[in-house]
Amino acid sequence: MVSIRSISSTPSSLTYHDLPWIVEHSEDRCTLCGRCTSVCPTEAIYLAYRRQRMPKLDLLQKKRGSDYRTFVGIRQRTDLDHRCIGCGMCSMVCPNEAIGPQVNANDERAHFHSYQKGDAGKRGGRRNDRTSLLDQISFNRISMLTDPALDAGRHEFHMNTLLGRILPPAEYIRRQAAGEWIPPVREIFPFIIGSMSFGALSPNMWLGLLQGVAYCNEVLGIPVVMCTGEGGCPPWVLKSPFLKYIILQIASGYFGWDEIIRAIPEMQCEPAAIEIKYGQGAKPGDGGLLMWFKVSKLIARLRGVPEGVDLPSPPVHQTLYSIEESVMKMIQTMSMAWDFKVPVYPKISGSTSAKSVLNNLVRNPYASALLIDGIDGGTGAAYDISMNATGHPIASNVRECYLDLVAQGKQNEIPIFAAGGVGKNGNPVQNGMALIMLGASGVHMGKYIMQAAAGCLGSEKNRCNVCNLGICPKGITSQSPKLYRRLDPDQVAQRVVDVFMGLRIEMKKCMAPLGRSQSLPIGMSDALGIGNKDAADLLKIKYTC
Amino acid sequence: MCRLAMKTAITPFSPYSVISAMEAMQEGYDGSGLGLLLRGVNFADYKYQAGDPILSGIAHTDSSLQRLNAFMEANGYALKYDHEFDVNPALVEAKDRYKYFLRVYRLPDTFKDFSQTQIDEQLMLTRLALRADGEQHGGDLTAFSFWPDVAMIKEVGWPLEVGQALGLNDNRITSRICMAQGRQNTNYGINLYACHPFFIQGIATMTNGENTAFVPIREYLSGMHYPGYMGYQSDSEVFAHILHFVVNQLKLPLQAYKHVITPLKTDELLHHPQGAFLKGLRDACRRLIIDGPNCVMGTLPDETTIMVMDTKKMRPATIGGKPGEWALASEICGVDAMIPDRDKSLDFQPMRENTVIVPPDRQEYTIWSQFDQFPQHQAA
Ligand code: SF4
Ligand code: SF4
Repeated sequence: MVSIRSISSTPSSLTYHDLPWIVEHSEDRCTLCGRCTSVCPTEAIYLAYRRQRMPKLDLLQKKRGSDYRTFVGIRQRTDLDHRCIGCGMCSMVCPNEAIGPQVNANDERAHFHSYQKGDAGKRGGRRNDRTSLLDQISFNRISMLTDPALDAGRHEFHMNTLLGRILPPAEYIRRQAAGEWIPPVREIFPFIIGSMSFGALSPNMWLGLLQGVAYCNEVLGIPVVMCTGEGGCPPWVLKSPFLKYIILQIASGYFGWDEIIRAIPEMQCEPAAIEIKYGQGAKPGDGGLLMWFKVSKLIARLRGVPEGVDLPSPPVHQTLYSIEESVMKMIQTMSMAWDFKVPVYPKISGSTSAKSVLNNLVRNPYASALLIDGIDGGTGAAYDISMNATGHPIASNVRECYLDLVAQGKQNEIPIFAAGGVGKNGNPVQNGMALIMLGASGVHMGKYIMQAAAGCLGSEKNRCNVCNLGICPKGITSQSPKLYRRLDPDQVAQRVVDVFMGLRIEMKKCMAPLGRSQSLPIGMSDALGIGNKDAADLLKIKYTC
Repeated sequence: MCRLAMKTAITPFSPYSVISAMEAMQEGYDGSGLGLLLRGVNFADYKYQAGDPILSGIAHTDSSLQRLNAFMEANGYALKYDHEFDVNPALVEAKDRYKYFLRVYRLPDTFKDFSQTQIDEQLMLTRLALRADGEQHGGDLTAFSFWPDVAMIKEVGWPLEVGQALGLNDNRITSRICMAQGRQNTNYGINLYACHPFFIQGIATMTNGENTAFVPIREYLSGMHYPGYMGYQSDSEVFAHILHFVVNQLKLPLQAYKHVITPLKTDELLHHPQGAFLKGLRDACRRLIIDGPNCVMGTLPDETTIMVMDTKKMRPATIGGKPGEWALASEICGVDAMIPDRDKSLDFQPMRENTVIVPPDRQEYTIWSQFDQFPQHQAA
């Protein structure tokens, strides 16, 4: 008998029917190998003894009774810390297909229990919202008047974009003639691997990414670049010729910058660009945080901090008073550090003030671009409320900024890059090209790359999302060798290459029917249609249905 | 789709010969209209004095004509010659044509102290003011061009019939250059202003094809807030404006036009003698890169003629002729119609990297390749 006292009935006691994911286990197939329990990142399941009644009916003696047997089975924990996150690792390792998480079709009560120990819920990863306006946009300016003009398979396409300040033509010619400084401009692939720091990613993951990026550049001629995120860059990378594929990020924590600055004399080449982070799409206006369990020896060394301490970046650059001042001084300082040969640009979160920041940059001769990160952008660790409900969607923000530049005749003088939900439902090219046709010069994507290149388990249905806890079951975002050994960098590299080759094909398939091949269709808004009248009006694109 | 025909000759000829070339290529267009530009104009009944601006357009009502007269007078332009077309109204499709005008004016005395640039500016602003006036009055006045030595005629209908309707075969007007296009507006509405050739400050182009990069280019040109960069009833109008921008505003040599609208690839520029300059030019002008299948033909105030192709070379075009007269057309039959007695071995069909240039002396044409040295001293 189970005594009534042992039944938990505290205010926050839950049964697994209250949790977002319910682990289904078929006892008849389970051989109790224990693989699932050992791989479960949250220890949501455990092997436990169970008692089972064996009814006993002796017909001849007309006697009834019960026998009991004890056996070993799998149970699901029901406290929030150990809840099943639906990652599916258990089913992945089970040799008998005996176990797996099921989404709870009920209203799950777990939401009401998230403020535990006085803290609000937080997670790594995704916004957990399937809807995406970008997925609804179609490319429909297809001319049937002239002959169907281009063949995506056979014709040559120019798909690269420019990162760097573009001078107005007359000014360019004047400076050329006068031998004056011309701002640095990089020709890059418009899909950029967005900032994921070397602290956030495991060593195997970033090694794989870097290898893949190098292969794309050096073998395939696709000029892919990746951004480091805050937290520096391993010294051997800084001194390697691969640095030219890397955008170094500086954020308000200034982590890793000592190492970077010290390495300048030994650099063989310049980095692709410098990104100054002021904000990000998820948790805009909030700082960054690398939690202590991800601050391994290597990360501690890269960032110049002690091992095993939390590394918060303040929400603002503490040494500067205003974004104008900050943008101005940092851009100038960074440009100077590399002899005005490296594009320097800020990254801000999508917000109503994006336009003012942009106009501020237009007037700064050293500013090279603006990266706007919308609400769907990810982050390694954020409060649920920041992730779910704080921020500005990217499409209208980019469009507004672009049209503002158009009115001034300065579009693409300061290229606008967009991020935030590109490829969140698996349609990176549709999303990216839509943003480009709305006026972006290129897009950054992080989560899509993690999913496509490393098999990240996270989904927009609140699956996994424990990146922040250092227990990433795939070894993508954990600093524990036990976990990241699961990830083979060579395979990641291979997938990176697959992805970029695939993106290129899809881009051509978009561009060819629109009759575009000579340049990226930046601002080609006449090609866009959407079956939502309000969105069409706001974005100034066609309403189609 | 549309077809282009253009002839340039030392001895003035009748525009009707170019319209006949259009007829030869009749299968290439739907006959929805004709656009003509004449340069180096000669009137049989009037001795035209070089430098006097010629106003071309259509007054659709009597009152618009009176407004026009009042406006020109008020601005100090004196009418020197008013060409009367021998119109056969039965052959004109549209019923609201009150008067086709082609009038020579004398510049106002107030222009005496103006620099050439200022005069050019005034001529453009005058044309734009007339156009705006027409638009304000329900489109009752259409002004195509106002420039020395240039006459423009645009009308809806089958090209040959339009020519006959306006009596263009009567030899009363001849010119040293004639550009003609059978009209069809790609993707955008039909409108008299949408008819090629397009004109701005003496620079004119016409196009066979489609410019799929139109919207971003239009946005960029409009953003310059230069008064002449307006209109855009057709995706091809930007070709004329880009040519104007390159030659008049950036003051680059004519060859730069090709480098701006269809720049070379990065790898190609790496091997180009002035690759670094051209790469920068490409970046600075990247908003003006055209796309889509196009053949662009154009003429400049000094009577230079050019022809360029888009990068894919997906439109046909041929030049042929003999010293003193050259014909450019979408199809060889068009060239045949204009200059039948030529040495056909001199015919040339430009490729994606070529700009064909017929200089004002018209002795021979040059084929300039984008891979060649670019004539820019600063870039050397
Ligand atoms: S789905 Fe993941 S979290 Fe849930 S029980 Fe399986 S391994 Fe554990
Ligand atoms: S697999 Fe790793 S990176 Fe992906 S959501 Fe889970 S914890 Fe985060």
